[in-house]
Amino acid sequence: MNIGESFRFAWRGVNANRVRSALTMLGVLIGVAAVIVLVGVGNGASQSVTQTLSSLGTNTLTVTPGTATSSGLLGLRRSTETPAVGTGGTLIRPETLTAADAAALSTPGAAPDVTAVAPVVSPAGVVASYSDTSHQLGSMTGSTAGYLGIANDTVSRGRAYTATDVAAHARVVLVGPTAAKALAGGDGSALLGQEIRLNGVTFTVIGILTEKGSVGARDQDDRMIAPLSSVQDHLAGYGDLTSIAIQAADADAVGAAQAQVEAILDARHRTGAASRDFTVTSSASMLSAANSITGTLTVMLGAIAAISLLVGGIGVMNIMLVTVTERTREIGVRKAIGADRTEIIMQFLIEAILLAVFGGLAGVLLGVGLCQIPVAGFRAEVDPASVGIAFGFALAVGLFFGIYPATRAASLRPIEALRYE
Amino acid sequence: MSANETPVIAVEGLRQTYGSGETQVHAVDGVDLVVERGDYVAIMGASGSGKSTVMSILGCLDTPTAGRYLLDGTDVRTLSDREQARIRNRKIGFVFQHFNLIARTSALANVELPLAYAGVPRSERRRRAVDALTLVGLAGRLDHTPAQLSGGQQQRVSIARAIVGEPVLLLADEPTGALDSRSTDEVLDLFDGLSAEGRTLVVITHEDEVAEHAKRVLRMRDGRIEADLRRAPVDAAPPRWRPGAEAS
Repeated sequence: MNIGESFRFAWRGVNANRVRSALTMLGVLIGVAAVIVLVGVGNGASQSVTQTLSSLGTNTLTVTPGTATSSGLLGLRRSTETPAVGTGGTLIRPETLTAADAAALSTPGAAPDVTAVAPVVSPAGVVASYSDTSHQLGSMTGSTAGYLGIANDTVSRGRAYTATDVAAHARVVLVGPTAAKALAGGDGSALLGQEIRLNGVTFTVIGILTEKGSVGARDQDDRMIAPLSSVQDHLAGYGDLTSIAIQAADADAVGAAQAQVEAILDARHRTGAASRDFTVTSSASMLSAANSITGTLTVMLGAIAAISLLVGGIGVMNIMLVTVTERTREIGVRKAIGADRTEIIMQFLIEAILLAVFGGLAGVLLGVGLCQIPVAGFRAEVDPASVGIAFGFALAVGLFFGIYPATRAASLRPIEALRYE
Repeated sequence: MSANETPVIAVEGLRQTYGSGETQVHAVDGVDLVVERGDYVAIMGASGSGKSTVMSILGCLDTPTAGRYLLDGTDVRTLSDREQARIRNRKIGFVFQHFNLIARTSALANVELPLAYAGVPRSERRRRAVDALTLVGLAGRLDHTPAQLSGGQQQRVSIARAIVGEPVLLLADEPTGALDSRSTDEVLDLFDGLSAEGRTLVVITHEDEVAEHAKRVLRMRDGRIEADLRRAPVDAAPPRWRPGAEAS
């Protein structure tokens, strides 16, 4: 008897017990689909974060007040008092960054690897209004003209503000797509050239910013950018800076630029590595931190998926054991009319493989299909390795748990198998 | 015919022992038996007489503890699993009390099964299976599954399955034990017809009605053959044969 014949017998076996076959396949299907979807979600999340962070530019540095312990990963300021001890006695300084710090960094020759410096003020809770609509902004940024280049921001409609606008304290503003839609409706482009009020002060919209997407639940496009001078005049006051944005010559110079910035600010603040009252964050370091977090996430989701695959595998094993036990008499009959051990094992093995392959394929289709549905602002990315591993595991489970009980039953003497109750 | 010189079954000193020590049971306790080609033998006995054990040994479904068994001249004790499977496939056709058809599989596929294991090409397999089913009067029920057939019909399918490979020995274990009297008559008529064609039949039974159809009746008791009665010569027709009855 050839393999084609075994295959036909196996196919008949699968077909003759449709419900049982379907249930077996369901176990494999769910396991395989779960692995693909969960690994895909982890992957998608990590890619989405990476993409967002690299849109910030790979060669930028951000200086924020406070130490690493008092500032979060993304440089958000916390209200922790961290006194710094100066060299000339006990000198308690508040954690501040001033316009003078920014000016010192941009002094020609002071930091050779720094190509651009932009002081940033971000007043919180700014409310924008246009005709009858008002909207609280996710973020309001006041900075110099160089900021847009450092932050990797571009204008999709209208124009960016210039150094002249900054010098002239011009009340002009660039609006992010989300904020523009919230104020003017539609795609927001109606806002271009219109006058809006920020906390009651009139500004003219001269440009719409290019869409940046969101980081998780945080929408990066719900924002406005205006010249530093006019934001300080009307919204923030002439106090401390929220941060200083710095651009290094290129991605390789980021490390050197960071050292230079730290040296200059340490000198000005009379601090050292241990007593620093500011933090320099590079987008590269954020990226690697974010990657390690999403990597952990992917591993965790993968582990959960692996468990579901294991449970599916145990289901297959259970059904295979029951199937073969139930069909021991059939095995006896087949042996009585001339099947040898190999032919019996072959038939049950192929049956198990058929179930595993069809269940696995259906699981791959379902998993890949589910990954196409966008969830929470990002799309799950199918990892080909996860597809391969899940499918391979399903196949291995089918093979092992098909072969094991079949071998046992096929090794019985025919009369034992025939009399089996 | 030189083949006539080789008996289909030649058994010497057959013993089958189960268990050991105090609980040891001699299911078969020294059986010598020769069945000539073309004979129709009924092995009778009460339950526990050892007749079923003899049947499983004769059918190569079990190996005896001791003794020599030549099936059509081949010593089956020395054969491997694969060779024993081949012997069962080529030389023996089984008819069981409970039919033992493969469930949810058509009558035709069930009858084709031994030919499939024998490696017969598909078209020839189909033709021979149809012929065998026609012979047992089921030409109109090729695609019925066992669940769609009556007990008598199922037993006729299993007889078709037993004869389709042209085996030298037809071995039936209580073939009418699960049938009503009408189906019993049908099956016995079929056996008579097969015997009249010259096939060798060994039927295990405890019913006198079945034994009356055989040319030779063996009675077993406590694992031994107690009586051996010849009712018709080997080369004669079976005593109850009614020509043409099997086709009804």
